[in-house]
Amino acid sequence: MNRSRFRFLGQGWLFWLAVVLIFLLAQWVLIPRLNEFRRTVWVMFPCIMAIICLGLNFIFGFNGQFSLGQWGFYAIGAYASAILTYRLGERFSYPVQGIVVQVPPLLQKLIPMAEISLFHFDAGKSGLLLVAVLFGAVLAALISLAFGYVVLLRLGSDYFGIATLGFAVIVQVLLINSDLVIPETKGARGMVGIPQMTSFFWAFLFLVFALVVIRNVLYSSVGRAVVSVREDELAAKAMGINTLKYKTIAFVIGSFFAGVAGALYAHLYAFLSPLYFGFQKSFDPMIIIVLGGLGNLTGTLLATFLWAITLEGMRIWLPQGFEAWRFVVYPIVLLLVMLLRPQGLLGKFEFGFLRAPKWPLRQVAAEAAPQVAEATAGNPEPQEERSA
Amino acid sequence: MRDLPSRIIVFFRRNWYLAIIGLLILLWLAGRYRESPLLFWQFIVDGLRLGFVYALIALGYTMVYGIVRLINFAHGDVFMVGSYTAYFATTRYQWGFLPAMALAVGVCAFLGVVIERVAYKPLRDAPRIAALITAIGVSFFLEYFTALDFVFTPNFINYTPLPLKITTWEVRGITFSNIMLLIIAVTTACLVLLWYIVYRTKLGKAMRAVAWDKETALLMGINVDLVITSTFAIGSGLAGIGGMLYVLAYPQIRTFLGVMPGLKAFIAAVFGGIGSIPGALIGSLVIGMVEMLAQGYLSSPMRDAIVFSVLIIVLLYRPTGLFGEAAREKA
Amino acid sequence: MSATVERPVVLNTEGLSKNFGGRVTASGYEGGLWAVRDFDVTVREGELVGLIGPNGAGKTTVFNMISGLISVTSGEVEFYGKKLVGRPAHAITQAGIGRTFQNIRLFPQLSVLDNVRIAYHSRAGYGLRDAIWQGTRFARKERELTERAQELLALFHLQDRQDEIGSNLPYGEQRRLEIARALAGEPKLLLLDEPAAGMNPREVHTLMDMIHFIRDKFKLTIVLIEHQMRVVMGICEWITVMDFGQVIARGTADEISNDPKVIEAYLGRQGRRV
Repeated sequence: MNRSRFRFLGQGWLFWLAVVLIFLLAQWVLIPRLNEFRRTVWVMFPCIMAIICLGLNFIFGFNGQFSLGQWGFYAIGAYASAILTYRLGERFSYPVQGIVVQVPPLLQKLIPMAEISLFHFDAGKSGLLLVAVLFGAVLAALISLAFGYVVLLRLGSDYFGIATLGFAVIVQVLLINSDLVIPETKGARGMVGIPQMTSFFWAFLFLVFALVVIRNVLYSSVGRAVVSVREDELAAKAMGINTLKYKTIAFVIGSFFAGVAGALYAHLYAFLSPLYFGFQKSFDPMIIIVLGGLGNLTGTLLATFLWAITLEGMRIWLPQGFEAWRFVVYPIVLLLVMLLRPQGLLGKFEFGFLRAPKWPLRQVAAEAAPQVAEATAGNPEPQEERSA
Repeated sequence: MRDLPSRIIVFFRRNWYLAIIGLLILLWLAGRYRESPLLFWQFIVDGLRLGFVYALIALGYTMVYGIVRLINFAHGDVFMVGSYTAYFATTRYQWGFLPAMALAVGVCAFLGVVIERVAYKPLRDAPRIAALITAIGVSFFLEYFTALDFVFTPNFINYTPLPLKITTWEVRGITFSNIMLLIIAVTTACLVLLWYIVYRTKLGKAMRAVAWDKETALLMGINVDLVITSTFAIGSGLAGIGGMLYVLAYPQIRTFLGVMPGLKAFIAAVFGGIGSIPGALIGSLVIGMVEMLAQGYLSSPMRDAIVFSVLIIVLLYRPTGLFGEAAREKA
Repeated sequence: MSATVERPVVLNTEGLSKNFGGRVTASGYEGGLWAVRDFDVTVREGELVGLIGPNGAGKTTVFNMISGLISVTSGEVEFYGKKLVGRPAHAITQAGIGRTFQNIRLFPQLSVLDNVRIAYHSRAGYGLRDAIWQGTRFARKERELTERAQELLALFHLQDRQDEIGSNLPYGEQRRLEIARALAGEPKLLLLDEPAAGMNPREVHTLMDMIHFIRDKFKLTIVLIEHQMRVVMGICEWITVMDFGQVIARGTADEISNDPKVIEAYLGRQGRRV
């Protein structure tokens, strides 16, 4: 038996190679060719959106709990981390001198830069961002633990969805009134002056982190317990699965990543408004994971980027004077995709590393009595009248 | 129903902390009442007016959910189309009140049927969530398409002149208007009519059969497609009436008008117990009054939070709403 | 089958009752339907007991109450002397009661291997942290767990099917998989709910041999529901007969088939089939 198959970096080498390649291509080939706006809405924002969507897919796609409230945890993560960095402010800044590498002229067609500075980053700011993301995510996870335990104990399916939707609305209203307690948030006017620290590196890093954590949990005994709840909650109970526990675990993990995404979002745009966290936008993650296919990690990633590129791309592609048609075309596209592929864009396909690891067949010395094989198999020729 | 008081007592004895919280809220309200009884009653009356409009929308939600288990997020936008229809019929084309209402009902019923045929019917065998996503899509489409310049334009429209003269009168200092009486009368009539359809006609019997078990209903020879289409038509028609009454009471029209009332009416339907007609009415009235009290005594944005908190608490203790059938234990 | 040596009591129920739709009043339950009323049974270690009765007699309700899937209205269930009523279903399973369902309830979209591995969950020996990190502990425990699951599958001749989706298996294999899954929880008491449903007489015959086999191999005590009487007549040491929620007779197969109450309530109606 190959042990390394299940190691962190084991046979997923193809995945890690792809991760590194995608990062390098995006960082040095794609991003330099995009302007500030496009690089934000086409590359960085979808990375963040994918994090919350992966979390939601874990809750809804794998655990079967219909949560419409991830937007609330996203808001909590965003505001919590933003308040933290706003207070600590610019005090943390320890730039680390990097190594400057000349780009060979031959490569300059591909990489449109004269030089690349490697390992050039601000240790203070990076540390602060890490702390802020962790803070926002942990806060979101703790709140989801309390809320989830109380609500999951009693509500299931659509009613859980409605309760979580209510949670998101309540969070938004509290944010509108938050300046009474925390003046920095400026309530309904929106919070400004958050340090802008989310770079592509960080968004991508946390996306990979979310993907790997969710993938690893999924293909473990914990993940199987989580999935069994979706498959048949009653049978899961009868198999000794504490379904409430695993529903709560899935909800907390999903909300943790919603918090991560929120924190990154806050430090990407450096501006937060309670309007953005309203109930209509809160359907976006749900739309994305259904487009990508419930219980499909690759599909979620693909759908997030397609969704963001289409939605923002329409700002550019629609002819002059037709900007208002953006949200007319979007629902039509949505409708068509849903009608053509109600199971999601990719169906059941998963990228290799994200697929469930297969175990080799094992020939165990069969000690079963021969009649067991025939029992129930509908075999037409058993020995009749064996035991009278 | 006859032992309701004793059951309430048993409930609060078991959940004493809820009783304490409830008592505190009642005390707080009593304090406000003593400051100005007039204001308090005015809020209650306004809440009833709002609640009766919600009831018309909530009925559509509750019927559709009861039959196809779909949260029809586009319902609030059908309601909005009803408002616009009534507005254009009465102002631009000078129609009278009743013809305008009939037109709103017709347009909305038609729209509801079209939505059902285009967006939901092809997905009836797909996972339930797919239809929910198309419902959200249809909702977006209606909101943004009607906001285009050649449709209804994205601007606010003030509803003037109203198709009927508003008369207000005061009873012991509380202001009533004829609009409010109209709303109550129309809603009550619609409720009675709906009750009659659902419980006294063949269509209603078919509806209840489909709500209970679609496959078996099909085997019994019921035309399930027709039943679902009629449900959408009736629910959307009621939303059309609701849309007209709503803009008479709050005469400002916008294409996003339906979003919040739609959501609130949906909450009311859940609160009252989805699938129950009296539940939708009671739920709507309670939500309307809670909302007006919250808006009056706290703040306008606070009211959404209060309404949802009330809903979540009620669901926690009665997971199927006030009048919803108790969940069946199955194994 | 007279038990001369007193074996320890595995399962004991006293006055087990279930009311559907009734309401609590000061003087007990009012209205509603008594699906099961005052069900008493004592099962000793190693026994193979039949619970029979016509459709709707309340047999499955008894199983659901014992395994904690539905609440108990009144009465008590003891398992090796421990009281079970009020404990959650998963705790009851972990205490050592496994079961199958009348209408097979596999995890439909999961592989055969995963179906069995889920039942091993409470003995997996690693937690969320190990799962995220995927270290050596995880690798070792996951391998042990999978190998045990594969051994169990092999016992039921399903080892070649491990990667197939549970709901794609033929009916007979689904039945076997469900029994394998119940055994993965390492139960001391196995509740089988109509394992012979939908089988022809010969298949039933071999199934009964299999049940004997697993009882001896896993040292199980088995309670078996059946509504066709002749299925259990041959293999069960003793039988409890239910009708309309109540126990109407108990005894060995011979005693049962001669009991006038059973003949009247059960054989009278379905006598032709016996």
